[in-house]
Amino acid sequence: MNGSAETRELSFAEAIRDATAVCLQRDPRVFVIGLGVPDPKGIFGTTTGLASEFGADRVLDAPLSENALTGLVIGAALGGRRPILTHQRVDFALLSLEQIVNQAAKWFYMFDGRGGTVPIVIRMIIGRGWGQGPQHAQSLSSWFAHIPGLKVVAPASPADAKGMFIASVEDENPVIFLEHRWLHGMRGPVPTGYHRTPLGKCRVARTGGDVTVVASAHSVIEAMRAADFAAAHAHIEFDVVDVRCLNPLDFETIADSVRKTRRLVVVDDDSRHCGFAGEVVARVCEAGLPLMAPPVRVTWPDCPSPSSAALAEVFYPSDRDVFVAVGKLVGRGLEHATHFPKRPGPVDVPNLEFPGPF
Amino acid sequence: MSPSPKPSSNPALAYGTGVPPDLKHLHLEMLRIRVIERRIAERYREQEMRCPVHLSIGQEAVAVGVCAHLQPADKVMSAHRSHGHYLAKGGNVRAMIAELYGRADGCCGGRGGSMHLMDRDSGFWGAVPIVGSTLPIALGLALADKQCGGNARTVAFFGEGATEEGVFTETLNLACVLRVPLLFICENNGFSVYTPLAPRRSPDFRFSDYVRSHGCHYFSGDGNDVEAVCRVTGEALAAMHADPGRPCVVEFATWRYYEHCGPAQDDHLNYRNQAEIEHWSMRDPLAISRARLIAAQPGLEAELDLAEQRQRQDIDAVIEAVRAGVRPSPETLPRGVFAP
Ligand SMILES: Cc1ncc(C[n+]2csc(CCOP(=O)(O)OP(=O)(O)O)c2C)c(N)n1
Repeated sequence: MNGSAETRELSFAEAIRDATAVCLQRDPRVFVIGLGVPDPKGIFGTTTGLASEFGADRVLDAPLSENALTGLVIGAALGGRRPILTHQRVDFALLSLEQIVNQAAKWFYMFDGRGGTVPIVIRMIIGRGWGQGPQHAQSLSSWFAHIPGLKVVAPASPADAKGMFIASVEDENPVIFLEHRWLHGMRGPVPTGYHRTPLGKCRVARTGGDVTVVASAHSVIEAMRAADFAAAHAHIEFDVVDVRCLNPLDFETIADSVRKTRRLVVVDDDSRHCGFAGEVVARVCEAGLPLMAPPVRVTWPDCPSPSSAALAEVFYPSDRDVFVAVGKLVGRGLEHATHFPKRPGPVDVPNLEFPGPF
Repeated sequence: MSPSPKPSSNPALAYGTGVPPDLKHLHLEMLRIRVIERRIAERYREQEMRCPVHLSIGQEAVAVGVCAHLQPADKVMSAHRSHGHYLAKGGNVRAMIAELYGRADGCCGGRGGSMHLMDRDSGFWGAVPIVGSTLPIALGLALADKQCGGNARTVAFFGEGATEEGVFTETLNLACVLRVPLLFICENNGFSVYTPLAPRRSPDFRFSDYVRSHGCHYFSGDGNDVEAVCRVTGEALAAMHADPGRPCVVEFATWRYYEHCGPAQDDHLNYRNQAEIEHWSMRDPLAISRARLIAAQPGLEAELDLAEQRQRQDIDAVIEAVRAGVRPSPETLPRGVFAP
């Protein structure tokens, strides 16, 4: 990773704020726009204070016009700027699919390069918990990854959030930058200053020989907890591959791991049918990689995400579900499932500090 | 057989110069567009141009009258019916024709067809066929220019149908709140495909009030009189100049003579009423300007006819050169999904 070696402890949200500030500082072409960007909540702390630091010309509030705002940033990018557009939820960005899919994704291709590039970053937040319900908690990451021409980034750690954010702003292509809401509060070491993590490379988050667990964004957290437990109690060792970037996909890193473990579990915080997990399984099968057992997908069921915590609890696969899926695949350790530790606090928040309601 | 030369930049009409429009130049420019599009229509039947075409025959005055005010550094965007805008802005004819023929040297390398035109060198920053879609993109271009302290003008051409899209209102409002001086040029030809205005707008709808209530200038004019288009556009630009940051919508009434999409006329389908058809047939923008020119200078007739003949030879030469050209090679299919 190019950049500084020095680190400090930041939350994922602070890491995005830090990355945004670095981009605004380094490149006068960068600007941030979106509803609430300069407001007191600062998009969950990811834009706090940027307007006073960089001025209202570069950190802009906006009306609720997702589609036109997307066109606006496309045009601004064509005109030589480097815009960052924020949506407080993925669900709201659906009003801008026309511009994202028809224009941003295709502009460079459909004009055979003569139309110029569209270097924009569109931040979208995936909600979860506290009753977000059917229209504030969709992932849709597979949708975006399905569209040729869009890069789709979904980091899991504060360091990657920063490094990949900077790489996204520097990329010549439109980048859909997905942030799982439950990651915003997670803390970790983050390199200070300029720090860039190339897009399109998986991160091997944990090395082990028994099973390959492929995950992205918040699924990585669940997979890592399952891996810790499995190693400590069932002597099952996971290779955890943090995908980080759904498109372009670094399939080689996944394939290398599967060649070693010969078992595959894909954890995907998204609906199952026609989803990213299915894509990974298909690629592994098509590549003819030797598997000791059929691959397994751990995903949301194919129904909308309900509000009530009682339903949300069964809707979302948990760390324990990942452990059970692996146990079944490996054929041992399942007797430990009963004492898999529960996350402290209510089931519909990531931790006791999560304030709600969003 | 040389491809037709690029039109000389534009009549000397840059804002502030005070030079009156040179009607002969405007007429010849409209004629050039008419001749090119007529030839496209005639040769379309050969089935070698294999893409939908939306001809602007009848609407040339808006394209020419507006672009007469623009310099190459000024930026224009358009939609599905964009040949006239592209050509009036100085877009490369050969690259446009090659695009219609799906050739490698088309302005989009054969990837777009008639509905996707691009020639940034001449200031034509793109046309796409999703109705209303280039409006916010044009606004973004204008925003970029404003952020860079530039003084280029940005113009978005669209049909009145686009004003029914949410993105039109979003863009209008954004332009006003961000104070970005986009010039919106609405060509109101009264139809969205076969659908007239009545089922699309309440009789109480006042477009001018709607536009002005957002904080935007509004002007309107006769879109079939190129001098009127020039004059009204000049007034619009002057108003924008006097009040920097305020965008402007100009609505021109006009009429298309051909079918919505394709090479033929379709008045036999009876979706437009006879009285209107007759009214507009008397208002052909080229007939109007030609009559005015000849009235002022009777000897001009022969010169205009000769010019038209030459324009026809030019476009035929371009078409033959394009047809002899190569198609994009299959290996290039995946090229450019991502920019390097
Ligand atoms: C979003 C969208 N809806 C529908 C269409 C199909 N369509 C193409 S052109 C057109 C009519 C548009 O009318 P107007 O904008 O007035 O332009 P005109 O064709 O009259 O020049 C329609 C409905 C489209 N291309 N895009």
